Amino acid sequence: MFRYYLKLGTLSIRANPILSILMVAAIAIGIGACMSIVTVRHVMSGNPIEHKNDQLFHVQVDNWNPDDPYEDPDGAPEQVTYLDATALFNAGRAFRQTTSFKTSRVVQPSGDDARPFQEESRATTADFFPMFDVPFLFGSGWDRSSDETQEQVVVLARELNEKLFGGEDSIGRTLMLNDEVYRVTGVLDNWNPVPKYYDVNNNPYEAPAQIFLPFSVAIAGNYDNSGNTSCWKPIPDGTGREGFLASECIWIQMWVELQNESARQDYMAFLDAYVEEQKLLGRFPRPLNNHLRTPAEWMEYNEVVDDEVDVLLSLAVLFLVVCLLNTIGLLLAKATRRSKDTSLRRALGASKAELFRQHIIEAGMIGIAGGLLGIVMTWLGLRGIENVFIEYDFIQNLVRMDWSMVMLAVALAVVSALGAALYPIWRTCNITPANHLRLQ
Amino acid sequence: MLTMNNVSKVYRTNTVETHALREFSLTVEEGEFVSVTGPSGSGKTTFLNIAGLLEDLTSGTYELDGRDISKLSDKERSNVRNQKIGFIFQSFNLIPELNIFDNVDVPLRYRGFKADERKRRIEEAIEMVGLGSRMSHLPAQLSGGQQQRVAIARALAGEPRFLLADEPTGNLDSHMANSVLDLLDTINEAGTTIIMVTHELSLADRAKRNIFVRDGQVSDSAPELHLASLAAG
Repeated sequence: MFRYYLKLGTLSIRANPILSILMVAAIAIGIGACMSIVTVRHVMSGNPIEHKNDQLFHVQVDNWNPDDPYEDPDGAPEQVTYLDATALFNAGRAFRQTTSFKTSRVVQPSGDDARPFQEESRATTADFFPMFDVPFLFGSGWDRSSDETQEQVVVLARELNEKLFGGEDSIGRTLMLNDEVYRVTGVLDNWNPVPKYYDVNNNPYEAPAQIFLPFSVAIAGNYDNSGNTSCWKPIPDGTGREGFLASECIWIQMWVELQNESARQDYMAFLDAYVEEQKLLGRFPRPLNNHLRTPAEWMEYNEVVDDEVDVLLSLAVLFLVVCLLNTIGLLLAKATRRSKDTSLRRALGASKAELFRQHIIEAGMIGIAGGLLGIVMTWLGLRGIENVFIEYDFIQNLVRMDWSMVMLAVALAVVSALGAALYPIWRTCNITPANHLRLQ
Repeated sequence: MLTMNNVSKVYRTNTVETHALREFSLTVEEGEFVSVTGPSGSGKTTFLNIAGLLEDLTSGTYELDGRDISKLSDKERSNVRNQKIGFIFQSFNLIPELNIFDNVDVPLRYRGFKADERKRRIEEAIEMVGLGSRMSHLPAQLSGGQQQRVAIARALAGEPRFLLADEPTGNLDSHMANSVLDLLDTINEAGTTIIMVTHELSLADRAKRNIFVRDGQVSDSAPELHLASLAAG
């Protein structure tokens, strides 16, 4: 009977083209509006490192002002000081650990005609790459020994490698950055995690850096931090860079990889012990307030998904509901128009259940058509969002529609259509056949 | 066998109560060809709708082949309609977007027959009404008489025990009406019980038994008198 109902559905849609088109359009517009926002929210709330979510932890220690917490009521700072970053890193108590900060370098390409240009960079440590499963097109990250010896090595993003070396395997080749020579050890494959979970403090939606180089080299070379820096104690005048590094200013992101719950507990105990020790030296005036948060917890803590997005999502869902109410009205009109056909089928032996199946399959067909058109509407909606926010270079990272969103659009359309069809179908199934067959 | 005892049907609105049938009692034996006549509003069509399980009765009892219809579930009533009753309507009630073959196929689909069995029954029924060459035509491509023949084929394809006809020739000219009546005679001779509601005395006369309905009841008077009164007025 399923194929028979499909045939009847097709005939019915053809027999009432205007009503059918209006229903498909109402569903598609509602789905398009809703899915555009759902897609953006889906991208914003995604966890690109979900497969390692229970092994990676962002480190927080509370070195802040005793009279004024970093964030009310008792939030710990989101980044760490250079003092703590180096102390915790050098302790080496985690399976892997990485410290990093955002900086920028001037790239000086070889060749007479090539002009220097500035590129966003990340100073980090060797473990960054294996910890975050960063994919490589050529080579790999540098060794831990390069961190220790401050070796001038560099990992390039694929795009920059295309620009500088025509996309060739550039391992071992050299590159001038701010008048210093660096050796390429690796070229990343396409890698654009959204949100940029490892540094949500500096716009979690912007693309990753084009250049990765050793943290120790950046410190020794006095590279500026181009990310956020927060201080609660003034840096003594005239102390310069040394004063900044010795200050209570926070500007470094620190992550550790811990392979199991026991390791997590051990590391937490280590953090507590470290802070207690620092208290004896006159630092960390606030009560113990250390945290290890997984990437998912870290993004939620930082409210990577803005509340405004949820408000927008609510409005989009309401709009979908309005579209579905219109669809219900259209379905009721169609049911009234077809009451004679329905009555005849009842007279010829169709039970209410048979009629329900026939009409719900037709509603499903309308839903699928609405979903497919809804995908197009969603795509248009995303392009609209992209155009409105074109001045933000990260917007392209938020308006990407993946297969899960495509499937969700169709599923939502079908469920919406079925939901909208329930009342009209219930009325259809419960008509008294004689009332409509009597008309002659 | 169809038996109605003291059947009443009342239509109620907020302000009005209309008694379409009042203590209506009738028995129709297997193989009969019964015509039901009466003035407009007398309750003929209501009787036919209740007999065909298209409407519920308000009180009384209705047994079809010994089963109390009021105790059946929706699915059981649908099965009875599908397997035991065939309908012929004045306005044919063919589904315009389905061709002749598919129109006749409708009740057989709900019967659950396999495709080859359905095909055999459909072709036989359409051949029987003389439209074997028109199976792929749409209803709009046929004359009124041909459409009514398709409706008869649809009613017969399931080999029902009862054929309920509501003014089956009401929309046809006399030539087509007679041809439809000839067909009903043939069907009745083959053993199918026919109950036909009609205004036309000449058609009622062709039935083996005439029932006259007035004010929602079967009249006690002799049918001949009623037919005569109809003819006079």
